[in-house]
Amino acid sequence: MTQSEGAGEPTRRDFLYIATGMAGVVGAGSFAWPFIDQMRPDASTLAVSSIEVNVEALEPGMSLTVKWRGKPVFIRNRTEAEIEEAKAVALSDLKDPVARNANISGAAEATDIDRSAGEGKENWLVMIGVCTHLGCIPLGQAGDFGGWFCPCHGSHYDTAGRIRKGPAPQNLPVPVFSFVSDSVIKIG
Amino acid sequence: MSSDHSTYQPATGFGKWMDARLPLMRMVHDSFVSYPVPRNLNYAYTFGGILMVMLVVQLLTGIVLAMHYAADTAIAFQSVEKIMRDVNSGWLLRYMHANGASFFFVAVYIHIARGMYYGSYKAPREVLWILGVVILLLMMATAFMGYVLPWGQMSFWGATVITGFFTAFPGIGEPIQQLLLGGFAVDNPTLNRFFSLHYLLPFMITGVVILHVWALHVTGQTNPTGVEVKSKTDTVPFTPYATVKDGLAMSVFLMVFAYFIFFMPNFLGHADNYIPADSLKTPAHIVPEWYFLPFYAILRAITFNIGPIDSKLGGVLAMFGSIAVLFVLPWLDTSKVRSAVYRPWYKLFFWIFVANAIFLGWLGAKPAEGVYTTMAQVATLYYFAFFLVILPVLGLIETPKRLPNSITEAVLAKKGGNGGAAASAAASPETRG
Repeated sequence: MTQSEGAGEPTRRDFLYIATGMAGVVGAGSFAWPFIDQMRPDASTLAVSSIEVNVEALEPGMSLTVKWRGKPVFIRNRTEAEIEEAKAVALSDLKDPVARNANISGAAEATDIDRSAGEGKENWLVMIGVCTHLGCIPLGQAGDFGGWFCPCHGSHYDTAGRIRKGPAPQNLPVPVFSFVSDSVIKIG
Repeated sequence: MSSDHSTYQPATGFGKWMDARLPLMRMVHDSFVSYPVPRNLNYAYTFGGILMVMLVVQLLTGIVLAMHYAADTAIAFQSVEKIMRDVNSGWLLRYMHANGASFFFVAVYIHIARGMYYGSYKAPREVLWILGVVILLLMMATAFMGYVLPWGQMSFWGATVITGFFTAFPGIGEPIQQLLLGGFAVDNPTLNRFFSLHYLLPFMITGVVILHVWALHVTGQTNPTGVEVKSKTDTVPFTPYATVKDGLAMSVFLMVFAYFIFFMPNFLGHADNYIPADSLKTPAHIVPEWYFLPFYAILRAITFNIGPIDSKLGGVLAMFGSIAVLFVLPWLDTSKVRSAVYRPWYKLFFWIFVANAIFLGWLGAKPAEGVYTTMAQVATLYYFAFFLVILPVLGLIETPKRLPNSITEAVLAKKGGNGGAAASAAASPETRG
């Protein structure tokens, strides 16, 4: 076998070299795939689960935390004062001006009405109770803005669950939910 | 060093037979018996050996604990309590393993500080140093995943916060987090894969440790003078000199370790981890294990946006950066002189760096608010300035002290004129200063 062989006409060995190399690349890639794929959330985790929550007993000023997809969801029947306080905030004062409400357009602004359950149900606030900083669960009715306060790294949310102060980058997200009846909320 | 001629002489017939077929004993002899080490190594150089012992302690206790532990969110916590209460000597094995992780980090931080003080990372030992940083990263990943396994409150929320780091990266962050967790939140799939990886990574550490020792034996050890070994009188054989010194240091280290195991086994842990994990209740104050606190303080110090980088991503980048900067340390230090002994200014900045690192650790355990945040920002600034400004500039402007011509000269100068020195000098008249 001499070096000059490769420079002239392609030989059978050149063909085998390329073919084996390509088979190796494709083989290694397809062999690696299941090892990566198995790490993704499995079918039981992904199964679209929705839960129904009876909120009849929630008087204004009361909250309920339910577990949905492994995460806590805050349901709060807000008081008049809390709603007024949230409405009084200018959009320019918000760290995150986007509503983060899965029920409406992604571009909607973080006004109080677009954070709440909407026209006529403005007292209802439904949010995933996971701090958008690093995933801790904020404490209710605490912090500088009377909403939620994350004890881990000091993020303050207001009475509409909007981030106002601290390291968290986004408002608490509102999941897909609807009122099945006046007293039952379906989440998911 | 490696180029030295092997002095191994098989003593028995079987030894000769084996040596001609698999010269394993020759390798052990050349690496750990006749291997020449600088004659002036001090006790700071014993931590490499101590780390090997700690790795073995962690492997042995871990393998045995895995025989009693169950990686299932429903029973993980109870299975650990079962180890503590029902399994014979289970409490001892678990306390050895849990405190062993802490002492592993005590030893590794001293080992790293020694490397920085004596300039062990400088040419030709850059690869040796980089392999060490790789080991540190693997140790951190292993320790983090191990802390999740007891499935207490700190396990769960520590895992939530640390995997949450990845969500800071725009776009790819959330898919990566889901890939790590196997779901949308820390849950059973997370626990299972962490257990599997916690079992795997120590063997990867062992592999990199072998490369680390190999690289060490190619270049030889540094020593407190930073002057390379030049003649045979600069060295002593590994056995008995280094063996005994390492052995004594190990004994003392392990006695302190034993004191913690028997008298204060939970001193370095967190009481909240004896509360079973509750995915709906975050503890009031989440703190990582002590050995992560300086990095945690750096993470929380970035409370402001830097251009397009928001504070969350900035904190995560600063935290990863604080380790990543170690990889390029050999090229940041511009000084030709290795040892801090001959660099008066470097010595000062080095000790400030050590104090600063401990200060960051203290801040990491404090709430992230008010004056603590400001202090953490100042300390973080010094941490990075030390590597990125002080080290490159200092090497150019500092006037080092006069270096000794050889290790032997340095040793003799230190000993003054006592009997031992006279004998050594007589053995090596050519190096007398």
